[in-house]
Parts: sequence; structure tokens; C-alpha cells
Amino acid sequence: MHISEGVLSAPVLAGGVLLAAAGTAVGLRRLDYDRLMTVAVLAAAFFVGSLIHVPIGPVSAHLVLNGLLGAILGWAAFPAILVALALQAVLFQYGGLTALGVNTFNMAFPAVLCHFLFRPLLARGGRSAGVGGFCCGFCGVLLAAVLTAASLAATDEGFLTAAKVLLAGHIPVMAAEGVVTALTVGFLSRTRPEMLRFGRTG
Amino acid sequence: MFEEPFAEGDSPVHAFDPRVRLAAVAAFSLTAALLRSPEAAAAALALGVFLAAFARLDARALFGRLAAVNGFIVFLWLFLPFSLPGRELWSAGPFTATAEGVRLALLVTLKSNAIVLVFLALAATCGAATLGQAMYRLRVPEKLSFLFLFTYRFIQTVGEEYARLRTAARLRGFCPRNDAHTYRTLASLLGMILVRSFERAERVHKAMLLRGFDGRFTSLREFVLRRADVVFLCLMLAATAVIACGDAIWRTLYD
Repeated sequence: MHISEGVLSAPVLAGGVLLAAAGTAVGLRRLDYDRLMTVAVLAAAFFVGSLIHVPIGPVSAHLVLNGLLGAILGWAAFPAILVALALQAVLFQYGGLTALGVNTFNMAFPAVLCHFLFRPLLARGGRSAGVGGFCCGFCGVLLAAVLTAASLAATDEGFLTAAKVLLAGHIPVMAAEGVVTALTVGFLSRTRPEMLRFGRTG
Repeated sequence: MFEEPFAEGDSPVHAFDPRVRLAAVAAFSLTAALLRSPEAAAAALALGVFLAAFARLDARALFGRLAAVNGFIVFLWLFLPFSLPGRELWSAGPFTATAEGVRLALLVTLKSNAIVLVFLALAATCGAATLGQAMYRLRVPEKLSFLFLFTYRFIQTVGEEYARLRTAARLRGFCPRNDAHTYRTLASLLGMILVRSFERAERVHKAMLLRGFDGRFTSLREFVLRRADVVFLCLMLAATAVIACGDAIWRTLYD
């Protein structure tokens, strides 16, 4: 899902930086110091959660978790994802400095969208929370894959085929992410339902 | 849990001021990402190889990281040469590789590896904690550098939590398969990580308030700018500028 350094064109990189900076500015402004620690821990959980591999048929894929993170954090998902991706760049060299803006926007914008679309479902609890969880997981990955494919396609027509294959390859990942997120939300609403109402003010 | 194999070392690069290294990485990465001729990108890659050797990076860890980065590049090589119209190089069935396609794939490969090498040599040699402090001094928004430092700190604890839960599941005979049980177990595992992280955040926050936290991050670390740091920064900026000019000249001459 991460686009490596040196792949995208200048306009796409610049657009990514601008959009990510705007989102991060909004996220930071709405984030007070009382909630900073929680966002840091959840960003770390997001980082670690992406190491969990889920078997899908003969292969396995790691969780993305941007939908769930967005549902919990709201706009604060922007700085949280920015920081998690920066750490992945420093520790594993996934993504990188110049692609940071594009990668952040591609993951965080779907997260914030999930927050506004599916949060009422999650807060209701019970079966609708499960449905909301599935939608968060599925749409989070779907939109992120669409945005990533679009960034590639907008860079050069030569990337079009690769972008289409990337998008198609992520369809099973969306389904797996949806199922796991639905089950995780069910777990959270049974054990710590207040977590699902955390970002209410944000 | 998450090792930083390049952070420790006694090379000249490790001794440079982290702020200088971060600034040099930013300038080089931005320039290299915008190169459009493979020839200039090859020069950038040469600079990357030189810096990696200068920083005496551990070769095994280095090749491991480069392999991970080039996975995406290999994926692009499967499609790029066949996706651009242009002069035909060779064809098999419906697939035709063009010189333009190969040139673009080559350009992307050179740029990507050049940026990663320079990043490894200059930024990864700082370690994440030092980078966070350098960001703070380079006037990155306070809350953001704060978030970076604390997320880095929590990655270790949350990662250990995950390893513990994983071991506990394995001891009970859990092995991932394609069934509902696997999905439910992984979801509970993830849920448990989130719940414990949430509780940890509350504890840490209260502990910090008790110690008089007022939103400012104080660090004992002082950065000192020496003459060697300034010389290094100037050299890096000059090399970056030469590569950028070379790219522009090459394009006007041959395109």
C-alpha cells in the first residue's frame, strides 16, 4: 500500500503534501494535550496492528486499520497516521520522506470519512456496531487503495496497468479487513464501549 | 522489539549534528524525487552508495532494507515496460516492451534506491528518538514532534504486548487458518491490544499530570553545531544542486 520514494511525479507529491498538511493542521488544532497521550498510544497500536497478518486463502495480508482508527479518533487520525508512517519510514524504510504526504493523505482521508459516515452506527452498539465496523474496515481499505491507484495513474499513463492490478489485488484484503474490524468493534463494545465514543468532540 | 541496526556507530556520519543530517536528507530527497533523467538519477544513486559506505552501515541489515523497498519496484517492473507507447524493444505475444517504458522503470528504480540509501545513511543513523528531538528544534509543530516521540515510545510497549498475546495464543495451540475461529481470535487479540493501550494512555497521562506536565516537552539534550557540521551541510547542498543542474542540462540537450 505504501508508495515508495522516487515513484510519483512532482504535482502528485505536492498535492499530497498540501492535503496532508491541511488535514494534519485540522487534526492538531482539535487535539488538546489531554487527549494527546491517547492518540499517541492508538497511533502505536495502529503501527503494531499493521504487523498482524490475516490469512486470506493461500496468501496472507497485514491489517491496515485506518478505518477503525478513523472511527475512534476522527480528525486526529491525520496526525496519528502521519506519525505512524514517519516511524515506519525511519524504522523499516516503508514509504519515505517525500512520499509521506501522499501516503498520509491516502490513508487518513478514508479514515476521517469513515468517522463521519459510520460513527452513528458504531455508537448504537449491538448488531449495528458490527455492521458499522465492517463498513469501516472495508471502506477504509477500499478508499485507500483507490487513492493510491489514482496517485499512480495521475503520475504517468505508464502506471495505469499497475494501478488497476493494485486495486484488484486489494479486494480480498478489503473483505478480510472488514470482517476483522467488525469482530474487533464487537469486542470493544462489549469490553470498553467508551472507546468507541472517544473522538466525539473531535 | 523494533531494532534500529543503523542508529549506533562510530563513523564520521554518526558524529554529525542530527539537525544538519535531517536538513540534508530533506533537501536531497526532494531534489532526487523530482529528477527526470536516469543519468542524473544514477549520479544521485552514486552519492547514496558513497554516503552508505561513509556511514559504514551494517551490510546485512542494509540489503534487507533495500530488498523490502525494492519489492514495490519489482511489482512496477512487471507492468511499466509494457504500458507506454514508443519504440519497440522486444515483444512476446500481446506484450510489447518499449524503450520509453524501460526508461521510466529504470528512472524510478534509480531514484527510489538513491533516496532510501541517503535516508538510511543520514537519518536512520540518528535513531527515532534523536530525530524526534531534532524535529522539535527544527520548529516542527510542537504537538506533532511530541506525538512522534510518544508514539515511538509506545510502539515498543504495545509491540511487546502484542508479542506476549501472540505467544499466549500459540501456547494454546492457535495456528492461523482460513476459518471463522482464526478471524475471531485475531480480532480479540487486536481488541485486547487496543483496550490495554487505551488504559495505558490513561495511566501515563495521569502520571504526567501528577508530575506537573504543562504541555511543554523538556529534554536534557543539547545540539551543538560544529564547523564540520556546517562543511558537511554545504557539501551535501552543493552535491544536490549539481545533480539538479545536471538533470536540467541533460534534459535540454537530449530530450
